[in-house]
Parts: sequence; structure tokens; C-alpha cells
Amino acid sequence: MNDLMKVSSNPHIRSGLHTSHIMLAVIISLLPATGFGIYQFGINALVLIAVSVATTVLTELLFTRLMKKPVTVGDYSAVVTGLLLALNLPPAAPWWIAAVGGIFAILVIKMLFGGLGQNFMNPALAARCFLLIAYTPIMCNFDTDVFTGATPLAALKNGETVNVLNMITGHVAGTIGETSMIAIVAGACLLLLLGVIDLRVPGTYIVSFAVFLVVFSDTANPAFVTAHLSGGGLMLGAFFMATDYVSRPITKQGQYLYGILLGLVTAIFRVFGASAEGVSYAIIIGNLFVPLIEKITVPKYFGYRKQKNS
Amino acid sequence: MVKKSFVGGIHPYDGKELTKDIPIKAVLPKGDLVYPLVQHIGAPAVAAVKVGDKVLAGQKIADAGGFVSAPVHATVSGKVKAIEPRRTVFGDRVMSIVVENDNYYEEIDAFPVKPLDQMTAEEIRERIREAGIVGMGGAGFPTFIKMSPREPDKIDYVIANCAECEPYLTSDYRRMLEEPENLIGGLKILLRLFVHARGILAIEDNKPACIDLLKELTKDDPRITVMELKTKYPQGAERQLIHATTGRLLNSSMLPADVGCIVSNVDTVITVNRAVTRGKPMMYRVVTVTGDAVASPGNFLVRIGTSYRQLIDEAGGFKHKPAKIISGGPMMGFALFDTDVPTTKTTSALLALSRDEVSEAGPCACINCGKCVEVCPGRVLPRKLADFAEQDNETAFLKYNGMECCECGSCSFICPARRHLTQSIKSMRRILLEKRKKGEIK
Repeated sequence: MNDLMKVSSNPHIRSGLHTSHIMLAVIISLLPATGFGIYQFGINALVLIAVSVATTVLTELLFTRLMKKPVTVGDYSAVVTGLLLALNLPPAAPWWIAAVGGIFAILVIKMLFGGLGQNFMNPALAARCFLLIAYTPIMCNFDTDVFTGATPLAALKNGETVNVLNMITGHVAGTIGETSMIAIVAGACLLLLLGVIDLRVPGTYIVSFAVFLVVFSDTANPAFVTAHLSGGGLMLGAFFMATDYVSRPITKQGQYLYGILLGLVTAIFRVFGASAEGVSYAIIIGNLFVPLIEKITVPKYFGYRKQKNS
Repeated sequence: MVKKSFVGGIHPYDGKELTKDIPIKAVLPKGDLVYPLVQHIGAPAVAAVKVGDKVLAGQKIADAGGFVSAPVHATVSGKVKAIEPRRTVFGDRVMSIVVENDNYYEEIDAFPVKPLDQMTAEEIRERIREAGIVGMGGAGFPTFIKMSPREPDKIDYVIANCAECEPYLTSDYRRMLEEPENLIGGLKILLRLFVHARGILAIEDNKPACIDLLKELTKDDPRITVMELKTKYPQGAERQLIHATTGRLLNSSMLPADVGCIVSNVDTVITVNRAVTRGKPMMYRVVTVTGDAVASPGNFLVRIGTSYRQLIDEAGGFKHKPAKIISGGPMMGFALFDTDVPTTKTTSALLALSRDEVSEAGPCACINCGKCVEVCPGRVLPRKLADFAEQDNETAFLKYNGMECCECGSCSFICPARRHLTQSIKSMRRILLEKRKKGEIK
């Protein structure tokens, strides 16, 4: 009876997919938007991205070491958070903004709630909202060497006209990673092709946002709608942050509901709100509704009958 | 034509190329044969022989121990050496009859055979019961009970489960290719039990040779159709198969007969044919011995009771050190810690893998990716159920339809965090099923 074989419960094979692969795919898909941001806004954008990623990774590493927990930075999720945070910062922000945001995202939102998978909000967005409130002047200043003045959405809100084509390509003021719709959608297509994300959340989000926008603002002008779709981080939010696994509902029906909720809240913020933006707040508010949404959208099991044993 | 299927499911590496072209080879057992008295769902069989008795191949050595039970037959001639607890594939010890093979293979007289058209449905059922036939796809449910629903006239479909969706397995495939007439014959016998039913041969589309062959052989039979199914695991799971072929849905607490269906596995149908047309009890089954650790994988016609160890020898032994040996397929099979266990009526394969993918990467934090929900054929939420199971939260587990899980393993397979989802859910289900039996919960 020596030389016994290992036993375990079925199944005995695994797909080969690992959490770190998913995170790597997200990082690669963010590269077009990242590259465009650096190309357009220059060296300070690169500094912010580097500081943000370094801070998130180091914070997680230090926290796990100090708390004597297994080191988890190998799953690359901290890199994703750092990158997403940087892409949501104004290109002219000082480097320490990225550091403060990175520490807040990882320490307060992620690790204190139990680490990967336990955060009830998207850490990068929560950090951005924290920075927006704590350092409003810095976070709302989009003046750079390249652009001065208001972001296109702010201009639109003031009744000015904007160049929609420039908004689609990304030659406008905005945060580092949100300006180019083309770069973001290219990355998103990769994620869709790889099956990392699907269209349930981003699709419903974008469509319902467009619908609510038209209804609330009572303007169906295609240029106006396109400007709203390509501006203000909607694409970045819809494809890369609303799809964040941890903070979106797991049920399929729930994902549609969540998408609609995000569209509704974003449209409310943009049309009726004081600020021109709304995606970040909409998503973290949506995050708060996830437990409720999951509760009311438990799927009907295979072979569901109103009465069992019919 | 749109291929029929179900929502969800996975596409694991199927490993069938290792053995699919290797004809079935009959194996003569070496050493003692061991017949556990529990090889089926239901009451254990009761030994009908004593130590020292001489038995013949095909002789009944244990009677059914109740209504839901099945008799056991010797598969060789020889002497009853012991009646004692022996290790089975599940790791526990089960009272077993041990027969010392005299190597003469003397067979007992077959049951009297009548031409099929002179047999009544009752006679056919009785023959299936006497032959000790149980579902050979894995569950081991006594076949005659399955064939005796309360209202036989209300059965619309008799489905021969030829899906063989479990990776690596080719025993059914070879059976279909090598003796399709026995499969069709068996299906025709079952159709005699259900006068209003149509016969369906449901095959995954990765077996085009079988599809063509069976279509050709059944083209003149108006009652039998060959149905092509998408290749996807778990296409052969009973409820998913019924849904794919007939569009009917049933939940875990219903029987196929509740939606007018009877499902039976290829080997079972062939064994029914043998019992009814030739009067022989259940003595053989085809076992695929395969895996990358096996020197020359193949399909073997095995006398039930033969030791697993011998099957490995028949397949040339190991060429790599096996990391894991599994009875059955990699998705739903049982890992063995020792190969000194007998093949039973439900043994479909012996799989030896040189890598144990389960222990290679331990579970890490769930990121709520939802892939388990995506693939779950039972349309439940494996992520949440596993959480509830790990928290011992029985109420929530039941509320989130945990009992609807069919334990197919798709969620664990796909999980990027390598969580042992199926294992947690399965453990909780076992606890709750036990409580349900005792009447503690509904």
C-alpha cells in the first residue's frame, strides 16, 4: 500500500486559463490608449503612468508582506489598477497625485476589503473619485502644452460646438487615456475577441446612455450624440471599467440591468449635473447596486418549473 | 441544419485520437475476479453462493436486494474463493464475491430465447431485470426500472445516448462502429416496450463515421432517427441530451419519463440486445484504457470483475510515471489511489495522466469573472454556490438552486482562479441529499 496515487474530486483537467492571463490581456488591450496618451501628452503622461503602476504594485507588495499574507502581485491585477488610474488622470497633474491615488486604490479600496475579488468598487475609479473630491483644482485642470481651455464635453455643456472628428481620433483635451475613441475601441475589440469581456455590459451601457441622453436633453442631433459617446471617458469606462469582473454583477440578466443603470446615471449626470463628466461616478454608484442586482436576477435553473415534481 | 445542443458547456481537449481507431480487443482475465455487491444505484445485491461453490460464467451469484437493485452474474467459471469486503474504485470497501478463475470459461445455459415478435413487453422487461443490466454510462441505475415507467404509452422518445462527450472515452464509439446492428437491434427491442415512441440515436458531430453508418443502417426504419449534436461537454448529460434532441426541459427532481423520454447509453442498449436475443446476462463491457502515461492505449472488451491492474498491463503498462489514475473520464471520473480494484458494470475507462493539472496550480482569489456561470449547463451560479458551500450556508445554497447542479465539472474546468468549485458544491449536495433522505429538509 505504499506508492499510493494522488486523488481529488472531479474534474481532473483544467482549461489552462489563469487569472494572470486575463489581467495580461487587459493590460495589452489598454496599450493602444496608453500609447496614444503618451504620444499626445508627452513625457508627463509617461511619468504619471509609471508612478501610478509602481505605486499600486508596491502598495500591494508591501501590504501583503507586512500582513504576512501570500504575495499576490503576480496576478498583475495591481498593474491593471495602476494603469487604469493613470489613464484617468489629467495629463498635467503632478506625479504625487498618481502616487496618492495608487495608494488609496490598493490600500483602502482593495486590500482593506480583503484583496483581489473582495473590493466592492472598482479601485481605480474609486481612487479617481477620491482625487476629484480631494484635489478638485488639479483633477479638473486639463490645460496642457497641447490643449488649453475646456474639455469638449464642458464646451458642449456651455453651448459651444465641438469638432466631432477630433473627438473620435482623440485630438482633444481630456485625461491621459480617455481621449481617443479609436484607440480604446481597438483595445476593446481585442478583449472581445479573446473572450475576456462580452458586450452585455458595455453594449447595454452605451446604447442605453445614448437613448437616455436623447430623451433627457431632447436633442437627437447625431453630432451631439457622437460627441457624448466619444467624449468624457465613456468608451474607456464602458469597455474597461464597467466590465471589471469584481465589481459588476455575475448574473447575465443582472449585467444587462447594470448596463442600463449605468447608462441612466451617466446621462443624468451629463445632462442635469453640474459637471460635464459622469462616467466615473456612474460606475461606482452602479457598483454599489451590484449586490441588489444579483439578488433579484438569480437565473432560472435548467428545467425550471413553478412547482417542482410537476 | 442547425446542430442541436444546449446553452453553456465547454470544449476540453478530447484526447480521443489516442484510441478511436483502435479496434476493441477481448481480454481474458488473469487472477481472481471480484464482484462488488454494489455496482448499481439502489439496494446492495445479496450473495446467492457460498464460499467453495463452483460457479459457471453467466451464473447468477447474487440476487437483487430489493426492487431498486440488480443481480450480479459471474463472468468466468471457477470457485467462489471468498465473500469479503474489497476495495472499489470509490475508495471504500464493499462486500464482494471473489471468484477464482479456472480458466475453462464454461458458460451456464442461456435464458430460453424466443423470437422477438413473440415476446411480450413484460417478458422483455423481466429478461432485462434477470440479466442484471444497469446503466453503463456511469450512474448504474437498474435498466428494467428505467424501462418500466408508470405510463409506458406516454413515452414519446427512446434516446440512445451515443454522445460520448466525456474526453478520452472511445468505448461507445468503437461499439457503434463495430456492432451497429446490435445497437439498432437493442433500440428496436426498447421501442417494443413503448409503442408510441420514436427512437433517436443522438451522436456528437465529432463522430462522422458513426453518423454515416447509423444513418445508412436506419434509413428504412421510420421509427428511428439519427440526430447530430454539437460536440460540446456535457452534451451526453441526460437532461441536456433530452433538451437538445427533443426540446423538452426537466429539472433535477424529474425523471426523463416525466417528459416522455427514456435515455439509455450505447453499451447498455447493446447489452439489452444480447440479453433478449441471445439470452445472456450482463457479463461484459468495453473499457477504454488511455491517457498520455499509457504505453499503448486501446479499447478492451472486459469481463466485469477483471482487475484494473491487468487492464494497464494489457495496454502495455506505463510509458511515463502516471501522476493520476482515473476510473472513467477526466471530467466526471474517480481518481484512484490504487489500481487493485475490479472493473464493474459502470467502468467506462481507465485513464492515466502524466500531469495532475489539479494540483499544479492551487486555488487563488475568485475575481467573479462569471465564466462558471457562462458554462454551467444547469444554469445556476457555481461561484455563489461554492461560496455558500464553503460557508456551510445550507439555506442560501438551496435558495440559489444548488440541488440543480449535475456535478459535470465544467465550472472547475474553466475557472481561471482554479477554484475547486465542483468539489465544494458536490460536498454540500451530498450533505443535503443525505438530510433529504432522512427527511430533515424538503
